[in-house]
Amino acid sequence: MTTAARVASAPPIDRRTHRRDLMRQMLLIRRFEERCVELYSPQQIRGFLHLYNGEEAVATGLMAALTSRDAVVSTYREHGHALARGISAASVMAEMYGRVTGCSRGRGGSMHLFDAATRFYGGNAIVGGGLPLAVGLALADRMAGRPVVTACFFGDGAVAEGEFHECLNLAALWQLPVLFCCENNLYAMGTAVERAQASTDLTGRAASYGLTAVGVDGMDVEAVEADAHAAVESVRAGHGPYFLELRTYRFRAHSMYDPDRYRDKAEIAKWRERDPIDLLEARMRAADELTDADMATLDGEVTAEIEAAVTAAESAPLEPIEDLTRYVYSEVPR
Amino acid sequence: MTTTYREAIREAIRAEMRADDRVFLMGEDVGRYGGCFGVSLGLLEEFGPERIRDTPLSESAFVGAGIGAALGGMRPIVEIMTVNFSLLALDQIVNNAATLLHMSGGQFNVPIVIRMTTGAGRQLAAQHSHSLEGWYAHIPGIRIVAPATLADARGMLATALADPDPVLIFEHGGLYNLEGELAEDAGSVDIETAAIRRPGRDVTVIAYGGTLGRALAAAEHLATDGVEAEVIDLRTLRPLDDVTFLGSVRRTHRAVVVDEGWRSGSLSAEISARITEQAFYDLDAPVARVCSAEVPMPYARHLEEAALPQPQTVIAAVRGMGL
Amino acid sequence: MPSLGADMDHGVLLEWLVNPGDAVHKGDIVAVVDTSKAAVEVECFATGVVEQLLVGPGTRVAVGTILATIATEAAAEPPTSPVAPVPAPITALSAPAVASTAVSPVTSPLVRHLAAERHVELAKVRGTGVGGRVTRADVERSAVGPPPVATPVPPGPSGERRAKVSPLARRLAAELGVDLAHVRASGPGGAIRVEDIRRAASASGPSVPPEPATAGAGTPQRTEAMRAAIAALMARSKREIPHYYLTETVDLGAAVTWLRERNRALPVPQRLVPAVVLLKAAARAAAAVGELNGFWTDDRFVPAADVHLGVAVSLRGGGLVAPAIHNADRLELSALMAALRDLVARTRAGRLRRAEMADPTITVSNLGEQGVESILGVIYPPQVALVGFGRVVERPWAIDGLIGVRPTVTVSLAADHRATDGATGARYLQTLMQLLQRPEEL
Repeated sequence: MTTAARVASAPPIDRRTHRRDLMRQMLLIRRFEERCVELYSPQQIRGFLHLYNGEEAVATGLMAALTSRDAVVSTYREHGHALARGISAASVMAEMYGRVTGCSRGRGGSMHLFDAATRFYGGNAIVGGGLPLAVGLALADRMAGRPVVTACFFGDGAVAEGEFHECLNLAALWQLPVLFCCENNLYAMGTAVERAQASTDLTGRAASYGLTAVGVDGMDVEAVEADAHAAVESVRAGHGPYFLELRTYRFRAHSMYDPDRYRDKAEIAKWRERDPIDLLEARMRAADELTDADMATLDGEVTAEIEAAVTAAESAPLEPIEDLTRYVYSEVPR
Repeated sequence: MTTTYREAIREAIRAEMRADDRVFLMGEDVGRYGGCFGVSLGLLEEFGPERIRDTPLSESAFVGAGIGAALGGMRPIVEIMTVNFSLLALDQIVNNAATLLHMSGGQFNVPIVIRMTTGAGRQLAAQHSHSLEGWYAHIPGIRIVAPATLADARGMLATALADPDPVLIFEHGGLYNLEGELAEDAGSVDIETAAIRRPGRDVTVIAYGGTLGRALAAAEHLATDGVEAEVIDLRTLRPLDDVTFLGSVRRTHRAVVVDEGWRSGSLSAEISARITEQAFYDLDAPVARVCSAEVPMPYARHLEEAALPQPQTVIAAVRGMGL
Repeated sequence: MPSLGADMDHGVLLEWLVNPGDAVHKGDIVAVVDTSKAAVEVECFATGVVEQLLVGPGTRVAVGTILATIATEAAAEPPTSPVAPVPAPITALSAPAVASTAVSPVTSPLVRHLAAERHVELAKVRGTGVGGRVTRADVERSAVGPPPVATPVPPGPSGERRAKVSPLARRLAAELGVDLAHVRASGPGGAIRVEDIRRAASASGPSVPPEPATAGAGTPQRTEAMRAAIAALMARSKREIPHYYLTETVDLGAAVTWLRERNRALPVPQRLVPAVVLLKAAARAAAAVGELNGFWTDDRFVPAADVHLGVAVSLRGGGLVAPAIHNADRLELSALMAALRDLVARTRAGRLRRAEMADPTITVSNLGEQGVESILGVIYPPQVALVGFGRVVERPWAIDGLIGVRPTVTVSLAADHRATDGATGARYLQTLMQLLQRPEEL
């Protein structure tokens, strides 16, 4: 059920401008992740680091379909989601550096980015751990009568967790406004999806819970955006939860420290031929919507933005040790 | 008026739901069935299925949904049928409810109340007889309370709902039928302090929840021999009100902790440690602990009784101090 | 050497994929590195020409060590070497980096410990373990003689086995100067408990009892009348006297130690209780700061010539009396002790002399034995001051920049603001505190 030709209900007024925005967003994510690799090796960034290279079209296309009132629940591979949702590169970078200016005050790190202003509810290190939260957020909106959509991201690995099944069932049973976004990049850490799932038809299985399920070419940002718009509208109109299987691929290993022995280099090379940034670039050039100078300008802009973020993060203050035991309980008078 | 522990909780839920639209009850069989222990009988008829929500058997999903709903502005009361099933939702409780405030650097608090039935004594065997509130009391980020009286059953819920952070309420299964007098206008009570239920001068007996009654029974018996035990009801297990029990131990110089959990690594171990740390020079005897035997709860009645703390074992512990 | 994981401290360079003089671009794979888990390809982040390879194949180096230098062309290129690494954790710094290619077998701490215990020179032991490692069996085989028998815990300095004494009993014994060696234990497991200390102390003669005397001092009517009198006096005090309060927590370490030493050499009936030291100090301080020793009459302060120290004594049926010990500042400690004991006994028996009731020039209220840490009292008019001592509390204390635990007491002064100001009150407390630091001079 891929839908390259599906028409979005409200085509952008100026396609060229909109495509440039999509391109810039994907470039920002790509360059940010590359910079993280460079900073991890000399240990400026510590802990676990899960990179989004190759999946940029998913976050970019999806976020373009949401409004600021909607909510987002994500996973540990969340930098792309955070940036596309509107959390500044500076804020995310500072968080990676563990500084108090980070979006979680340095308390969360790469896997726990939170931002109340953009209704970004993390960042969860437990596979499948965010799905119940998304169901709950949607429950609150339904009970309060708010026309808000909660977009919940997770991977193919989460489909094996009990929470996935409990949550799809519950959301469909109670007709909750959740948009379940499964980023199927074919691997759950080192385990290929065909070695984890008796049936790899994730879309079909999701549909069995009684909700609309659609498979999407996750490397084509415009296809993602179109299908996302349709899904979001359906959910917002009260037609119940929706499932999107976004077929994508991660170009880098699962995390920084992963020798990637379980993947065939030829497979990676094949998917790289459909690099989402290259795909959009080719399409735009063919339509005379992009020149070398334009690309250089965009690349330069995002690189400058990221460098400024790194510089700021390097000199940002750390939270004082005396504050160690804060944020265990709310700081309000009881 | 004469009422029961069960009815007091029901009245508390009813009062809070009437007062605040954001409050709702969610859990297995809370609606049509009226609650596994009959606590929510009649509430579905009064408040309707949106606010008295029956859930499928999906502990992780509905506890997590409660957390999400709290994030989204509601004030959910999530009922996990028993602490035994809460293990299926442990990830949501420990990795989300207890940590979201911290991980988000203070941005997202979780005002959820989770009620669970706990404890043994009805021959329900190993998988249905746990007392894990001491385990939960290990986790920073959540509050743990254990109502042992009618007033607390009636009054703790309101305070818990008003708290901006997660509160877990452990109701001992053996207390639901507890009957007694409660003022008509009994209202909310604090969830921060322990209470001295019986003053005394010779030994401090520290208990909570289901073991309070047994501690009081032991105290009555000891009094006939001239030994006056001071019985303390902890009421809140995290944070512990150690000011109260330490003050008591400093006066009586002896302490017995009665805890239905297994003794190893239990809440009683924490209390003993605090007494040793802060009241060492006031002790005239080592701290004694009366806990469940280290065995999965057996089915046979005599074995179960032998495994659990009883008034006789509390008395024996006091006698063992030379009193 | 890049950090390739949260738990990586070192890596071994396995292979170089470039040579000096080769051109490289950002993202090229230039080397293969072995971590504890797997061989991993390493990319470079610069574009330029390889200058020098600094680490040879097979070398194990710490994360952050520079492996090679790359000459870049323009300033706009990203830096050739990584940003200065965040200082490595302490464990990495202390672990020696094995630089040579010949790797000597590592012995486990357990084996080293065993060798030391059995007096075996590890260097002379032939290792039969993996890679020539010395194993436990190797050490055992090399050891001469039977393994040492576990020696029992050696006896304490005085040779006796450590007695089982409850912390409370030990504390009370120290306070009362009771020798534990002469106390009979009645607690479970042969433990000495508080009642055993009390029994031992009272068996040796009457000391100032912490509990109220069992012989009642008054009939119910007398008690009632006394209550009324106290009520009137206290009310008048609070009505007429503008009280101010100062408190000070005093280190009693010197006093307690001195007292213990002194009591050790004395038979129990003659031993001093800590209260006597406090009373003497309070009296001498009153002599030194005379503005607090006297009476407020006719709208002015009249200093007293002598210090007659009022001592608050609680009565069995309730009630408080505060008769005077005359010239308390000049009495020898043992004489003060005897006077106190005598006074308390007669107070409780209702046999006080008139002078003792009328004469106190300043009063001390020692409520320490009733378990409170400090008191803020009510002055007995026409006196102008009341000194209160709380109970002795062990507290963490800073001494020369180090933290220790000291016995302390909180001293409080209630004073009449018509007669004195805070500065005078503070001077009194300072004097008192200094006197308590030199108990041998009291």
